[in-house]
Amino acid sequence: MMHEFETLVVGGGPAGIAAAVCAAEHGVRVGLIDDNPSAGGQIWRGSAKGTDNSHRDSATGWQHRLNNPRITQLQGWSVFEQASSGSLRAEHNSSSADLRFEKLILATGARERFLPFPGWTLPNVVGVGAIQAMVKAGLPVHGKRVVIAGSGPLLLAVAAFLKSAGAKVVCVCEQASASQLLPFAIGLVKTPGKIIEGVRYKAATLDVPFHTSAWPVEALGDRKLNAVILSVHGKTKTLHCDYLACGFHLVPNTELAALVGCELSNGAVVVDEWQQTSVSNIYCAGEPTGIGGVELSLTEGQIAGLVVAGQKEKAHTLFGQRKQFTRFAAGLAQAFALRSELKALPTETTLICRCEDVAYGAVRQHHSWRAAKLHTRCGMGPCQGRICGTATEYLLGWNAGSVRPPIFPALVSGLASHPEPEFQKTEGD
Amino acid sequence: MNNRYDALVVGAGIVGAACALELSSAGLQVAVVERDSVGSGATAAGMGHVVVMDDSEAQFALTSYSQSLWNALSPELPLSVEYQRTGTIWVAADEEEMAEVERKFEYYTARGIPVEILDSQGVAEAEPNLRLPLAGGLRVLSDAVLYPPCAAGYLLEMAKIQKPGVALILGRSAIQIGEGRVVLDDGTTLLSPLIVNATGSFAPELTPGVAVKKRKGHLIITDRYPGFVRHQLVELGYLKSAHSSTTDSVAFNVQPRSTGQLLIGSSRQFDAEDSGVDREIVTAMVERAALYLPGIARLSALRVWSGFRAATPDKLPLIGPTEDPSIFLATGHEGLGITTSLATARLLVDQLLQRTSEIPVEPYLPSRLTGESTVPLRVKEMFHA
Amino acid sequence: MPESIVVRMNGMPLTVPARCSVAAAISIADLTCRTSVTGEERGPLCAMGICFECRATVNGMEHTRTCQLLCEPAMDIRTS
Repeated sequence: MMHEFETLVVGGGPAGIAAAVCAAEHGVRVGLIDDNPSAGGQIWRGSAKGTDNSHRDSATGWQHRLNNPRITQLQGWSVFEQASSGSLRAEHNSSSADLRFEKLILATGARERFLPFPGWTLPNVVGVGAIQAMVKAGLPVHGKRVVIAGSGPLLLAVAAFLKSAGAKVVCVCEQASASQLLPFAIGLVKTPGKIIEGVRYKAATLDVPFHTSAWPVEALGDRKLNAVILSVHGKTKTLHCDYLACGFHLVPNTELAALVGCELSNGAVVVDEWQQTSVSNIYCAGEPTGIGGVELSLTEGQIAGLVVAGQKEKAHTLFGQRKQFTRFAAGLAQAFALRSELKALPTETTLICRCEDVAYGAVRQHHSWRAAKLHTRCGMGPCQGRICGTATEYLLGWNAGSVRPPIFPALVSGLASHPEPEFQKTEGD
Repeated sequence: MNNRYDALVVGAGIVGAACALELSSAGLQVAVVERDSVGSGATAAGMGHVVVMDDSEAQFALTSYSQSLWNALSPELPLSVEYQRTGTIWVAADEEEMAEVERKFEYYTARGIPVEILDSQGVAEAEPNLRLPLAGGLRVLSDAVLYPPCAAGYLLEMAKIQKPGVALILGRSAIQIGEGRVVLDDGTTLLSPLIVNATGSFAPELTPGVAVKKRKGHLIITDRYPGFVRHQLVELGYLKSAHSSTTDSVAFNVQPRSTGQLLIGSSRQFDAEDSGVDREIVTAMVERAALYLPGIARLSALRVWSGFRAATPDKLPLIGPTEDPSIFLATGHEGLGITTSLATARLLVDQLLQRTSEIPVEPYLPSRLTGESTVPLRVKEMFHA
Repeated sequence: MPESIVVRMNGMPLTVPARCSVAAAISIADLTCRTSVTGEERGPLCAMGICFECRATVNGMEHTRTCQLLCEPAMDIRTS
């Protein structure tokens, strides 16, 4: 099976949606592929009907513009391989198809960084963005006690969301110190829209304790979580809870970009002012070019979409906005930088690799990611090192090495290329 | 770091590790130099089978001798080595292949290898996921599988606890070897009268002119499906593939890991120097595997990779001295490196100590290809100095 | 569009909201998705298809991620 598009956009979050919409509105036949049941990515999940007030208006507008006859949405598809220089291979419902394109826009978003600590593998210890996604996908949290921990603006945003969903948010624990955060708070003045957002969140979470210099030390429970031990300004306290939502920022999903030959630098995809990567017909927008938040993703997405449609002048008008949001993102990264105390959280018996149940003590005897993988099985599971590799990069400074196909597990049958399949060119109407 | 050793092994793959253990057990002060990590080359890339092969008498002698050494060692191997006597079933698709099964049965029985012939029903009962009908197969009961990087690691750990022990120098490349010297990439020179080139397909880089060529292979590993396959399964066409010196080929070969994962192979290519995954080859491997195990197409594949075997013109490894009295070869094992690693080490040290070998060593001497005479007397003198 | 649908959870019928993920259905049933290789019970971590902790057997297919999969009427879900 094969689909063909002028431009293929991989990732249906804000960047991908913006790119697809702008390209289609200027005459390009676009395919938008995403592994979720509906578009929106992580941050706009179910936003059209959701309770995430601050984003609803913007999200609704963009989602409405997605209803463009030139856009074909392929939801529930997972890209795992490059079939040729002009096509990608993806899996959907146990079958695979080739997706041909003239131009490719990668908007593969970001994932949460999970840092291991004792008990982190207990059921109901989840990520921060994760708990929001789970609730939107039907997880009942009304009346449940939730502790939110980790780092970044996402913590307060999710606290507000959970409150509106009827959860009891016990506290929010930010690992950064108050003095570290202060310049960020002051810096908000430069970005008016952000203040309003900040105020809305603060208002919603007014009666939720917000601690700085705070992080989880241990998650407790028998078959699932029932309490968490926190370190708050050096003192420990134990809180009973039903869920611990803990995540330490986001890391770019760069695997597909690396697979198709794009240059990376410092864990992000290198792009020029037109969002073009080192491969001439491949563009990248949003978090993979560097973590920067929703507005930056939308801006980059629009620029990429306009550029593939030959609208460089229009794209240029967004450069100022992009610069502004990029500056905000840089301030954010600095303010919420991870403290070294977090490296001491896992003990010798804390599992680092959850797919293969490999403990930290076994892993850190080795001198490189590859040696640890070969000798302890760390990273050999289906997550392909996305969870444990990200953790060891922070804990031990290891580079998780080069990317090989399949970039997600795929059916064995999907690894076989098929000569001349049924050809399906998707028409505009 | 000391820079004088009784013996210096270049390469900490399974063959280098086995040599280090054998040399150390003979009382030598040994150093092993490895540019990456233990067992990170072909040792990490291959299938980890411990099998007898009957391509030639010399190949049979080496594989069966080495298999018996692995068998004797197996009770002390840690769980991480995943040693399992799964046995192999050579699968016959038709009557012509069944005739080959019968020939192998006679051959192995005459040489004391425990084998049994399976008819069509027998092979279906032994492996319910094989497609029906097949003509039958040959079950080789003594064959085993293991996880090579941990096996190499174990052999080195054992070498370290011998007296006087082994110095393991990781992350350093040897850039030149010869005349009793090994020069490393950081400028250090190590001295030894006995240098073993155990660098697999990279052997010609250190010993120019050695008759070893890269033979690329691919493997796929699946998620965990315990019990899907119980034995190592090989099609009888495998030998035709391994036999050919010139063409690219694919042959059905599936191996169960103790985790319940399946390793799917195999492929052989000459003149393929890049380490990228070749989609056409993977396609052929998948199609071949699905032909024998139809259900395999619906299993989840986690990774695909390639690696380089070290191939020689006559499909036998190079074990023994070179023109340079200080350089010895332990390389050229093609797809039988794991199996024959222990015997390789034994035969090499037999030559150095002038012990009688369990099997004739002549077929594996490097001189058989170069026409040079055998072990110079100087070696023994140097050794006992 | 119905308000709720019925799936089969480990052989027993379970009523869940329509457009609910399979992982959420497993939570609603007070079960965990899978058992790890050393026998620990595990549930979803990332909710975005990356961690593979949410795997269950769905309609006979083992190792199926459930966090981004919507329930369908009569879907057969088996946890381990």
